[in-house]
Amino acid sequence: MNFNPNDSFMYILAVMVILFIIAQSLFFLIRAYRRGKELGMDMKKLRKTISSSAIFTVAPAVSILLGVLTLSKFLGLPLPWIRLSVIGAITYELPAATSTASALSVSLSETLKDPKAFSAITWVMTLGIMPSIVLVPILLRRIQKGLTTIKTKDSKWGDLFITAMFLGMISAFMGMVFSNIRSGLAGWIPIFVLLFSALLMGICGILLKVFKINWIQDYALPISMLGAMAFAVLITPLIV
Amino acid sequence: MNTKTYDDMTHLYGKIWIWTAIVIILLVPVAICLYYNAWPPVQSVVKGLLGVAPIFWTVGVIEVITFCPMLGTAGSYLGFVTGNLTNLKVPCALNAMEINNVKSGTEEGEVVSTIAIATSSIVTTIIISIGVLLIGQLTPILNSPELKPAFDNILPALFGGLGVVYISKNWKISIAPLLFMIVLFLLVPSLASSVGILVPVGAAISIGVARILYKKGLL
Repeated sequence: MNFNPNDSFMYILAVMVILFIIAQSLFFLIRAYRRGKELGMDMKKLRKTISSSAIFTVAPAVSILLGVLTLSKFLGLPLPWIRLSVIGAITYELPAATSTASALSVSLSETLKDPKAFSAITWVMTLGIMPSIVLVPILLRRIQKGLTTIKTKDSKWGDLFITAMFLGMISAFMGMVFSNIRSGLAGWIPIFVLLFSALLMGICGILLKVFKINWIQDYALPISMLGAMAFAVLITPLIV
Repeated sequence: MNTKTYDDMTHLYGKIWIWTAIVIILLVPVAICLYYNAWPPVQSVVKGLLGVAPIFWTVGVIEVITFCPMLGTAGSYLGFVTGNLTNLKVPCALNAMEINNVKSGTEEGEVVSTIAIATSSIVTTIIISIGVLLIGQLTPILNSPELKPAFDNILPALFGGLGVVYISKNWKISIAPLLFMIVLFLLVPSLASSVGILVPVGAAISIGVARILYKKGLL
């Protein structure tokens, strides 16, 4: 059989995986929404959470789509479609494919024609990311019990503990933005973008608190992010 | 009498969905091997895995420990299946909890975080699917050199806005981990490719600082 990574069998597999993901997401979305109702939460605010989360997601999702395009050059479309819809991220899938291709001495400069190389890459992509998904059902309850113990002993410290974890993550990613500044002015672009995004968020905060424009609260993060991405488009040609 | 709480049931449903997801994810390579009669040599898979597993398995363990408390019960069962946690699901959940003024680990926080992650997963899946369907028309636009800087800078664009909210509210805890990370990345820029490993380092520093300040009554 002539192998083609874009054939209909692969698309059928992709559609099945995508339908599963949507079903799981819908299940938890509906369940959480009903739970919010039971708890007497402000349903208008919860509906706004849905719309603001959806808008926030657009730009990162398009960036994930770019990852699908990158991988599709040598893996066809359906496999990257599957991989980047479940657990994978381009930062992982690309090294996984490259590592396997180099182990097999296969070139990734054109679409793969060897089904064994293709299946080897699929296995490496799948197995290489398994711990993060397998460990959730095993460890989640224990992690939560640990946090509950901290909170029961001292609830203020419990809240500070979780906030400190958030800040740890944010610090790591903000620090990463500084990794290229030794390469000259071009290396400063991510920092300018970061600062511009922070500035836009600050302006949204002023509009909310001083001018009482309440709707802006739900869309402040997408506004800051998209505004800063547009800023990157404007400043990059001037700097590079 | 049914004594299971909402959270117990979330764990039960979550486990059913996540184990089913694991089976489906594993069935993809199995189906490919069977359909194309193309079982790869074990050595090639092992060699390929050796190139990525040491780092990604470590990051995987770290992500579970770090992100589960932030994502909540249903959010963890869903977020770890749909992936793209650091660049999408975690910020989305944090932002939604911030807007709704609810805390992670509470019942309300669980509802908000789940709604944010589920919505984000559905929208991502739909956008990727539309992109795949319209690939011919979209490729030239998405790959245009004019738009490249926008997507190259998506993480600073995201963490600038998110960071300023959290840092301004908790600046006393933020200074030490932030300075540490900036200096570290200035000294060793190559660490940018393994930022996931540094997340718990940042968390340990900020937890340590928070503990000291809390004990001294400064928080």
